[in-house]
Amino acid sequence: MKNALNYELRLYVAGQTPKSLTAFSNLQRICDTHLAGRYRIEIIDLVKNPQLAAGDQILALPALVRRLPKPVMKIIGDLSNEERVLVGLDVRPIVPPINMDRA
Amino acid sequence: MSISSGYQLAKSPTGIQGLDEITGGGLPTGRPTLVCGSAGSGKTMLAVEFLVHGATQFGEPGVLMMFEESTAEITANVRSLGHDLKKLSAQNKIRIDHVQIERSEIEETGEYDLEGLFIRIGNAVDSIGAKRVVLDTVEALFAGLPNHAILRAELRRLFRWLKDRGLTAIITGERGDHSLTRYGLEEYVADCVIVLDQRMHEQISTRRLRVLKYRGSAHGTNEYPFIISGRGLSVLPITSLQLDHGVSAQRIPTGIARLDEMLGGKGVYRGSSVLVSGSPGTGKSSIGAKFADTACRRGERVLLFAYEESSAQIVRNMGSIGIDLAQWVKKGLLQIHSSRPTLVGLEEHLLLMHDAVRDFRPSLVVIDPISNLSLDLTASQVKPMLMRLIDFLKRQQITALFASLTEGRGEMLDDSQLGVSSLMDTWLLLRNVEFNGERNRTIYVLKSRGMKHSNQVRELVLSSRGIDLVDVYLGAERVLTGSARVTQEEQERAAAVLRVEEHQHRVKQLASRQKAIAARIAALQAEADAETAEMATTIARQVLQRKNTLQITDTMTLLRGADKTNGSRKKGKR
Repeated sequence: MKNALNYELRLYVAGQTPKSLTAFSNLQRICDTHLAGRYRIEIIDLVKNPQLAAGDQILALPALVRRLPKPVMKIIGDLSNEERVLVGLDVRPIVPPINMDRA
Repeated sequence: MSISSGYQLAKSPTGIQGLDEITGGGLPTGRPTLVCGSAGSGKTMLAVEFLVHGATQFGEPGVLMMFEESTAEITANVRSLGHDLKKLSAQNKIRIDHVQIERSEIEETGEYDLEGLFIRIGNAVDSIGAKRVVLDTVEALFAGLPNHAILRAELRRLFRWLKDRGLTAIITGERGDHSLTRYGLEEYVADCVIVLDQRMHEQISTRRLRVLKYRGSAHGTNEYPFIISGRGLSVLPITSLQLDHGVSAQRIPTGIARLDEMLGGKGVYRGSSVLVSGSPGTGKSSIGAKFADTACRRGERVLLFAYEESSAQIVRNMGSIGIDLAQWVKKGLLQIHSSRPTLVGLEEHLLLMHDAVRDFRPSLVVIDPISNLSLDLTASQVKPMLMRLIDFLKRQQITALFASLTEGRGEMLDDSQLGVSSLMDTWLLLRNVEFNGERNRTIYVLKSRGMKHSNQVRELVLSSRGIDLVDVYLGAERVLTGSARVTQEEQERAAAVLRVEEHQHRVKQLASRQKAIAARIAALQAEADAETAEMATTIARQVLQRKNTLQITDTMTLLRGADKTNGSRKKGKR
């Protein structure tokens, strides 16, 4: 990998709602699995900073924005579907070696 | 339109001309209103006007959530209506937020809600203390967010939330095939629904507005034409319901002395409407121009709407009958608006007129001709329009002159007057009389409310000296005009001269005869005098002779010594 920190992610939430917490833990897990050491997550609470919503065109919450690498990508929802999150982030999943052999 | 019930729903005026009249004061305060219509029907314009007027006229700042157009686009679009959104946002009167949704950028995974949108609206509202909100058009979300179940639930929550915050909102929606809006927004916004519509009739488009629903309030239920002009949106309510305009007793001369004479000697009332109708070439425009010229001469402002000739052509043509309109144009007393009637729809023409009148504040408006405006329209469409115009002008005490072209040879009384004659206070009918191989113009006053007016036909004579009315020759059971009248007049004049001469001649003759008689009398008198003189002489001579005779006798007697008893002596002594 050329850059140690090439995934810059922003998670927009509205307060500490169950949905926000789910989204955050899902994100954390996915990143640790597939992007270990190559990501940074910034959490923006729009309840505290509502003016930040317009910048990334946030409507639906929770929302995850991939700032880097370009292009900017957006995923809405609580990130419960790992596969779709990976598609949304355009990340090639790291598949366990055993599975590879079987394939 | 006024609602006279005791209870009044709180209403937020839109400041849109006419719409507040129809809705009895505006949109329901603190509630969302749905404005729906097809593409290009003016939904966004209506919504923006509502916001801008709120911010500038009613002290209610507003938030504009744009789902389709960007901030720069909407700013540019409404600048043509004279609204400067940039300035208003700098003054914290309007906040614009462009909500952009690109489906391709969005991946959906798991549960979500639209709290982000709520936060954005809430933030914008709080930042300027907004009272009004426009969502234009929230339906774009349906294209951007795949999960419509969530979206619908969230929209329901959104409208509830707007209500709870007491925001007066306009939500726009695209017209659907079988429902008011494509995504059935009317399910959620049920307080007030306004439908906009644009339709074509004979290649002329007309926009119409209808208040479909207004919960808790009476409202006009008709379809009202509206237009979007340089002044923004204006709705034309059918007419002011009451006929309560003030009237003026002041009379203004028409500029044609004989015509004034026909109209009770003083001309028409200020603020009245005058119809001048006639077939082509009867002099309608000339009379209109003379009216205008006369008003300008009094220092009043005149607005002339011409639908047949360009302004340069009018000025030139009126110069040929001695009416110099160019001077008034130069002095700024006369404005000529020339356009083809087919340029825009009738409604728009009327609004253009309204605008022009409001800008220029004339005391006289000349429309030449109204019949052209009604091209391809039925009387039922034209009459309400004219009623509106007349009401509008009357309310401001503006005298109006409408020229109207009668098609064909109008011997039968003119059905083609668009049924407007009843709206007119004074009706001058011009007519061509064809006789003796020529056509001549005649004029008469068909009606003139509130004044004594002549019932006679006059001949209208246009010449380089101007417009004049002359008496027609009435005689031998026919009306003579033109050269026939002139010939008749010449003959009469010649006959009169002859009569005078004959009379003088006769008087002279009599005088000389009298003189002759006098002379004869003098001669006879002289003769009589002569006769008298002769008679006296004769008598004297006789006396003398007799005396002589006696003397001779006496002498002879003496001499002869004759007898003294001779008779002749006795006689002589006596």
